[in-house]
This record gives sequence, C-alpha cells and structure tokens, in this order.
Amino acid sequence: MNATPSKPYGVIAEFTTPAAAMLAAEKIRDAGYTRWDVFTPFPVHGMDKAMGLKKSKVGWFAFIGGVTGYACGMLMIWYMNALDYPIVVGGKPMFSPYSAFPPSYELTILFGSFGALLGMLFLNRLPRLHHPLLKNRRFTLVTHDRFFIVIECGDPKYSEPGTVRLLEEAGSSHIEAVED
Amino acid sequence: MAEQTLPSGRGTIRAMPAVPKELERIPLVSNQRGFAWLSDKIAGVAEGRAPFWWWLAFLPSLSLATLLLCMLAYQVSTGVGVWGDMRPVMWGWDIINFVWWIGIGHAGTLISAILFLLRQRWRTGVNRAAEAMTIFAVMCAGIYPAIHVGRVWFDWWLFPIPNSNGPIWPQFRSPLMWDVFAVSTYFTVSVLFWYMGLIPDLAVMRDRAKSRLRQFLYGLFALGWTGSNRHWNNYEKAYLLLAGLATPLVLSVHSIVSLDFSVSQLPGWHTTIFPPYFVAGAIYSGFGMVLTLLVPLRKICKLEEVITMRHIDVMCKVTLATGSIVGYAYAMEYFIAWYSGNPYERWTFWHRVFGTYWYGGWAMLGFNALLPQLFWFKWCRRNLIAVFIISILVNVGMWFERFVIIVGGLYEDFLPSSWGYYMPTWVDIGTFLGTFGLFFTLFLIFIRFLPLIAISEVKGVTPQADPQHPLGGAKHEEPLPDDVTA
Repeated sequence: MNATPSKPYGVIAEFTTPAAAMLAAEKIRDAGYTRWDVFTPFPVHGMDKAMGLKKSKVGWFAFIGGVTGYACGMLMIWYMNALDYPIVVGGKPMFSPYSAFPPSYELTILFGSFGALLGMLFLNRLPRLHHPLLKNRRFTLVTHDRFFIVIECGDPKYSEPGTVRLLEEAGSSHIEAVED
Repeated sequence: MAEQTLPSGRGTIRAMPAVPKELERIPLVSNQRGFAWLSDKIAGVAEGRAPFWWWLAFLPSLSLATLLLCMLAYQVSTGVGVWGDMRPVMWGWDIINFVWWIGIGHAGTLISAILFLLRQRWRTGVNRAAEAMTIFAVMCAGIYPAIHVGRVWFDWWLFPIPNSNGPIWPQFRSPLMWDVFAVSTYFTVSVLFWYMGLIPDLAVMRDRAKSRLRQFLYGLFALGWTGSNRHWNNYEKAYLLLAGLATPLVLSVHSIVSLDFSVSQLPGWHTTIFPPYFVAGAIYSGFGMVLTLLVPLRKICKLEEVITMRHIDVMCKVTLATGSIVGYAYAMEYFIAWYSGNPYERWTFWHRVFGTYWYGGWAMLGFNALLPQLFWFKWCRRNLIAVFIISILVNVGMWFERFVIIVGGLYEDFLPSSWGYYMPTWVDIGTFLGTFGLFFTLFLIFIRFLPLIAISEVKGVTPQADPQHPLGGAKHEEPLPDDVTA
C-alpha cells in the first residue's frame, strides 16, 4: 500500500461492550503478555484487576507535595515574621504555629494538588502528542463508544498468527495492524 | 468523522431487561441513551456555528464586561474615593461583592469533590458547568480585594516576594493574609481539578474535530490522551486525591473569609459560629447560581436527558438543606445576642431588622431561611419556573446577608458622633454590574468551546458502562430477573 513500508507497532482489536473487552483482557493477562493495553472511553470498573495492574503510585506524589507545602509554609512564615524582619503586632508572639497554620494548610493542599496532577502526568508519560495509535482512523472511536485492546509487537510473547488468533477467540469484532 | 462510520440509530440502546417495579430507579441519563449519543449531544453544543441565542446572550455580557474595565480604569486612575466607602463604613460594596462572588464559587468544588467522595453519581451531569462557574466566580471575587487596596500597583506586596523595603514581609498574623493564601489556592486548585477532568473530554473534542486548527488545539490540551487503562488507573487515583484535597480546601476557604470578620472585636462579627455559618451560606448561594445557570441552559441546549429532573430535584434538596443550616445559624446568632446579655450585641441584632437597613435584615431572613423551605414540596422542586425564580432570590438573599453583616455591623460604631449612612456610588453599581458581564462572558465562551458536561464521566455512570450489567455485555449464567418473574 505505502511506497515505504513502515514498521509495525502492534495489533489493535475492537470490542463493542465493556464486558467483552474485560473478558478479553483477562485472557491476554493469563496468556502472559506484558506490553499491551486496553483503551476505553471511560474508566471501566474492574479493568485494573482484569489487566493485573498494581495500585497506582500517584498517592506518593500527592503526599510528598503536601508535606513539602506544609513545611514550606511554616518555615517561610517563621523566617519572614520571626527571623528576617520581626515586628511586634498587638503583643502577639513573633511566630506561633496557630497563626501560621491557615496559610500552611492552604499550601499543603496547593502543593499536594500539584503533586497529584503532575504525578499522574509523569506516571502516564504525558504529554505525548505523537502516538502511533492517534494516527489510526478507527482508533478515534475510543473516545466515542468503542473499546480497544492493543498488543505491541515489542511484547516477548507476540507472534503474528498467535496473537491475532488469541484476540479473535477473545471475541473481537475487528482486528487490524497498527503501523508505527 | 466519527458519526459517519456509525450506522444510523446506533447511539441509542433499545433492549433493556425488565426490572421489578419496586427496584426501578430514575436513571441518570433518560431514555437509555448510549455512549455515541452522549458524545454527539454534549460535544455538539460546542461545535458548529454559534447559535443565535448565544450571540444574544454574549453581546450584552461583553458590553457589561467592558463596563467593568471602564469602571476599574476610572477607579484606579482617580482613587478609592469614587466608591461610597466612607467613615465609619470603610468596607462597603467591594467586600460585600467579594464575599458574595466567592460564596457562589463554592458549589463547584462541593459538587466535584465532596459529592465525588460521597459517591453521588448524579454529580457527573452538573459538575463540569459548576466547576467552570466556580472558577469564573472566584475571578470576579478576586478583582475586589486587588482593587480595594487603592494602589493596585502594590498588590504584589500581598505575596511573599522580596521587595526593596527591607524587605518588609507580609504579616501572617492577620487573617487578611490567610485570605490571600486561601483564595489564591482555591482558584489554582479549582483550575487544576477542572482541567484534569477536562483531559479525557478534550480528547473527545480532538477526535471529533473537523478542522486542522481545532484538531491541533484540542489535541494540544488533551496532552495525547488515549483512554489507555494504564492511564485511567493513575488518573482515577489522582482524581480521587484531588477530590480528597479539595474537600478540606472548600471548607477552609469560606471559613478563612469569615475569620476576616470574626477575628475583629465588632458586635455582629465577633462570633465563633461564623466559619460553619459562612460555609453553609456559600454552598447555599453556589447551588442557587448553579440552578440559575442550568435550568435555562438544559432547555436551550436540549440537554434535558442528561441534566434530568432528578438532577434538579437533588440540587433543590441540597439548597433546602444548606438554607436550613443558614436559618439555624441566624436563629443561633439571635439567641446568643440575647443570651450573652451584651448590650452592644443586642443593639446590633435588634437594628438588623428594625434599624436603618431593616429591609436588608428581612431580605436575608426571608430569602435565605424561609424561602428555600418551599423545596420541601415536590411540586415546587418539579416546577422549573419556581425553581428558577427561587434560585435567583437565593442569591439576592445571600447578597443582603453580606450587606447586613458588613454595612450593618459598621454604620453605627462605638461613638454615636461618628455614626453614618452608607450609600453606594454609581461606580460601585457599575463595577458590580460589570462583574456580571465578566462572569457571563467567560461562561458563554466556556460553553462554546468546551463540553459543558463531563462526557466521559456521564458515560461511566450509564448501565451499559458496567461490565457486570447485561447492557454492558455481561452474560449471566443464571436466568435474568425477567425470566424469574415470568
């Protein structure tokens, strides 16, 4: 078809219901594939288990962000109002953890939120504006109403007829190759 | 592109297994609409040429936003003297409107964060629009404190940035400084939360886009989202964490705003009930604004099947609940004013309803404590015209609450010789009208370019999204319920 045949990326299999995609995912997981993924228009409940995914590590990013925020807030206020330029205001102590708490609390939330969002993007390796799948015309339906499973050629278990047969047996309605 | 590949009628799911009548629930999406229908319908609002009604709403809004610009330019170039703030009332419409707008901005995060943690699935129909409303309301609110300092070019002294005067740092022992952190954090986290929810929907818009420009722009902001389940795994956890972080945030913001008042020694301000009372009032006014926006919008955009009467019904109930909490707080304030035996407290609260500004006191009691009681009745929650009118009066009442607290607490201070009467000037009024212009301009731009309902989230709460449900493709070994009853 193309004048210069491009490298294959993998096979893409289409499913019409979340249950079908989930059953197929369980089969692929049990067959021992590692470089594959399920693509859905919304998060499907139970798919993580069907794929054998571990718990997300985003929580650590949010936690570290939150702790950093709180520590930054307390240290900043102590430095500014008690160390660098102390001014007596209404006989109040130069530094008090009580009056320093509200801004530090807000900074905890601020840094924690950035941790959650940026941690999510980092773990997902996003932004990634060029992806072989985004060039596939049929794949645009993934944000519409279809469910896809993609097995990459780089998977050690990948073999052209075997993988396609597995996806066919799993009940896919349409299978095609994706180019890199 | 997407709809061409679909046979006609594919978007609607026909077969629905029979469920015993007692177990039937009102669905979150009416008429068993499918995924494709939801994409087409919701994204369709932001596609194609702008309809006539949009221009009809946009041009007046833009004119008012321009008015805001003129008022701010006049105020900054002349000085805060153009406002009605005058001894002893040094906080007037500027702070009233700041608190009013920021209060409205509370419903969005409540819907997106607290209702998410409480597993209220109906939130998916309204959270996107409510979050957008939050962001724009906080923007309107933020203008006031920035401007009311008088010399706006020194606004950056509010932030802990080194300056050439020492540097003199911000004074963190003042609640006004806490407010700076609370409001700016609230705005930033609301934007983060809103954007994160938008990522999968921006991918929907990208995949539907017909022109290169739209494809590029939506694609850029969708960050290359593919709907990968490995991504959803992290995404869902991050969304849950943001909801968990935004919940204490939304409760803290209006608490800190209320501390601006209650930390002072003024009768009518110096009470410990202020933080919860302000938060309840904020959520009450926010739901009022959500209803004001969505009741007409669902009709104009023909989204009645996604923002159903059930959504309106539950939002009315939240309004009733928070309005009743506000009513309880009013009763408690009056009780404590009497019970404290403090003559100044008693004076202030007596003058709220029988003093110079008696109308403000009655508007606040009537519209905030009594009016929402109508929502006890189903006929009222089902009557959209009644809901719309009440939702507007909710915010009239909440505006008067802030008026009563601020002006009512200041105009008769400790020295009778300095008692005064507060009147807003035309600049006050013009600025306030202008903020409406800014708010509606931004909101209308939002519904023109972004999906006003969270498409992927609404898809996720339909029965066909559940792999355990027959509509989701599950094949049950045991007979289905209709076989049992047959």
